[in-house]
Amino acid sequence: MSVVARFEIRHTQFLNHLGEPTQPLPDFARDPDNLIPYYRAMVLTRTYDAKAVALQRTGQLGTVGSSLGQEAIGTVVGSVMQREDVFLPTYREAGAQIARGVTMTELLRYWSGDERGSDYRGPRQDFPVCITIAAQCAHAVGVAYALKLRKEPRVAVTMMGDGATSKGDFYESLNMAGTWHLPVVFVIANNQWAISVPRSVQSAAETLAQKAVAAGIPGEQVDGNDVVALRYVFDQALQRARSGDGPTLIEALSYRLTDHTTADDARRYRDPEDVSRHWAMEPVARLRNYLVLQKVWGKDDEEKLIAECNERVQAAVNEYLATPPPPPGAMFEHLYATLPAALAWQRDAAASGKIHG
Amino acid sequence: MAEITLVEAVNLALAGEMERDPSVLVLGEDVGADGGVFRATLGLLGRFGKERVIDTPLAEASIAGISIGMAAQGLKPVAEIQFSGFVYPALDHIVNHASRLRHRTCGRLTCPMVLRTPCGAGIHAPEHHSESVETFFAHVPGLRVVIPSSPARAYGLLLAAIRDPDPVIFLEPTRAYRLFKQEVDDNGQALPLDVCFLNREGSDATIVSWGAMLHEVQIAAARLADEGIMAEVIDVATLKPLDMPTILESVAKTGRCVIVHEASRTGGFGAEIAASIAEHGLLSLLAPVQRVAAPDCVVPLPKLEHYFMPDVDQIVAAVRKTLEFA
Repeated sequence: MSVVARFEIRHTQFLNHLGEPTQPLPDFARDPDNLIPYYRAMVLTRTYDAKAVALQRTGQLGTVGSSLGQEAIGTVVGSVMQREDVFLPTYREAGAQIARGVTMTELLRYWSGDERGSDYRGPRQDFPVCITIAAQCAHAVGVAYALKLRKEPRVAVTMMGDGATSKGDFYESLNMAGTWHLPVVFVIANNQWAISVPRSVQSAAETLAQKAVAAGIPGEQVDGNDVVALRYVFDQALQRARSGDGPTLIEALSYRLTDHTTADDARRYRDPEDVSRHWAMEPVARLRNYLVLQKVWGKDDEEKLIAECNERVQAAVNEYLATPPPPPGAMFEHLYATLPAALAWQRDAAASGKIHG
Repeated sequence: MAEITLVEAVNLALAGEMERDPSVLVLGEDVGADGGVFRATLGLLGRFGKERVIDTPLAEASIAGISIGMAAQGLKPVAEIQFSGFVYPALDHIVNHASRLRHRTCGRLTCPMVLRTPCGAGIHAPEHHSESVETFFAHVPGLRVVIPSSPARAYGLLLAAIRDPDPVIFLEPTRAYRLFKQEVDDNGQALPLDVCFLNREGSDATIVSWGAMLHEVQIAAARLADEGIMAEVIDVATLKPLDMPTILESVAKTGRCVIVHEASRTGGFGAEIAASIAEHGLLSLLAPVQRVAAPDCVVPLPKLEHYFMPDVDQIVAAVRKTLEFA
């Protein structure tokens, strides 16, 4: 008997849960000022998520999922991608979308149940959030195929949760991306929970990153609450993709500190002590501790930032709340490039309010 | 002008459109070196190269899924699902994403893809190779569902499907692939989508059908004509969106309607047509609408397939029944 394949999965961390370096930081992080934009973006995301939940609780927004506890992943992904790259998100990535240039007003419109919220003014080629699990992985492979066919130095980046790695679409997509050597990066935001199902029930694999091995592509694990590690690993993956060296799977380890969505009550299925334990590792305090240790961040900065984030979020809320509802005829707009004649009477009935005519 | 089969017409349309439009590509299982298991993509790999004639890994869901990503980026993917019974994993992407990408982004992203698959029974194929799947897709807003019945229609409708800015499910009747030849002019001219075609004029009864069943319908109409019964024959061609005005106009003239399809009866697309006639043309009917359809059983393996397929006798009998009513 001989061994025909071996693999190992790297785990990268630069800042421990207290925000202390565990090894020399990479070049981009040598100047701690360079990390402040990530901190600001994470705080904005947390402020937005909290406001979205509050709006839902007061009947002013539909069901929405918060990224509380995993803000670092989306923030880094959205910030480090080039503008001309294409992002294909799942539904818990407000931070990444905001960093990509999707406005908070657009996000609130979408989560209030208004399709116009997905007509992003900024990143015109980014996909809308994918509600069905892991389907966006296949779409990302198709996007990446087109980018490669046209020889454009652009990358498709898709994000998914740990639950998505159990789906066929996930495996099929890694496999196709590998066989065609496509410019695509798959980022798993492993927050340990797929609604009520913990990571341990999701898969017997030691890591989710190793699922890349069977597809013949690089897979690595990173501390998903460590902005420095995330940027370090994601930079390399983007670089590989952009220079024609193919896809990468990144498993970013984090923890969902809140309910799955506003329609969920996580107290029904998980131990509050487990949640408390993970509060000690969350990404926002971790980076703040580091910045404070480096003496580039202080109480005044913090207060000013919080006030600024509150103001920006409130401005988006005001704009969102002032949005007139779509007219009923909008159900037929953009259904086809040109509405088929057979549907004209239904559209007219809907437009006049007599939808069931 | 050459006489060619339906599958050759598919090939001709694909090759011509790939030549004219560099954004068109084909993908699927065995579409490259093998030229497709039915040879619909024969010769395309040599002409257009492996970047545009893509042998995919064996994964139907993702064949549909990646087509959506390609289409959103402005390519025009023509994906082949090898057999209709294998299309179900692709339904998720077609129903949840392809059909609604334009709508949910207010036209920012679009999905000009074609999903081709052979469909229907009657060629003694193994299990899962003989399904009639048109109704699954015809129920989905945002899609077009097209089934050609002849080489010329296959050529013109496939060109139209590829050029259409929205997703089109293009169902190719396997039984008709090599059933007969027809002169097809490779002139690059598309046929209109969203319209029914009048295959034969008549005044006594309207027979509405699509796909391979048109073959039996035409024979039935000819036999009826020998008896002096003039049946009008309509090839629906595009099931969604459905051109009811053409059907209603014919029924208003004949007062009788027989709908013929190879898919099983309950919830088949014939029910939609019959319901629309009841809603909009009831008073022009001189007899109840009749359906000739496959029974509500699993598509049998080849030993019993013959009994499953609607045949000429059944069609003739159904037309007679409408004539004998009251």
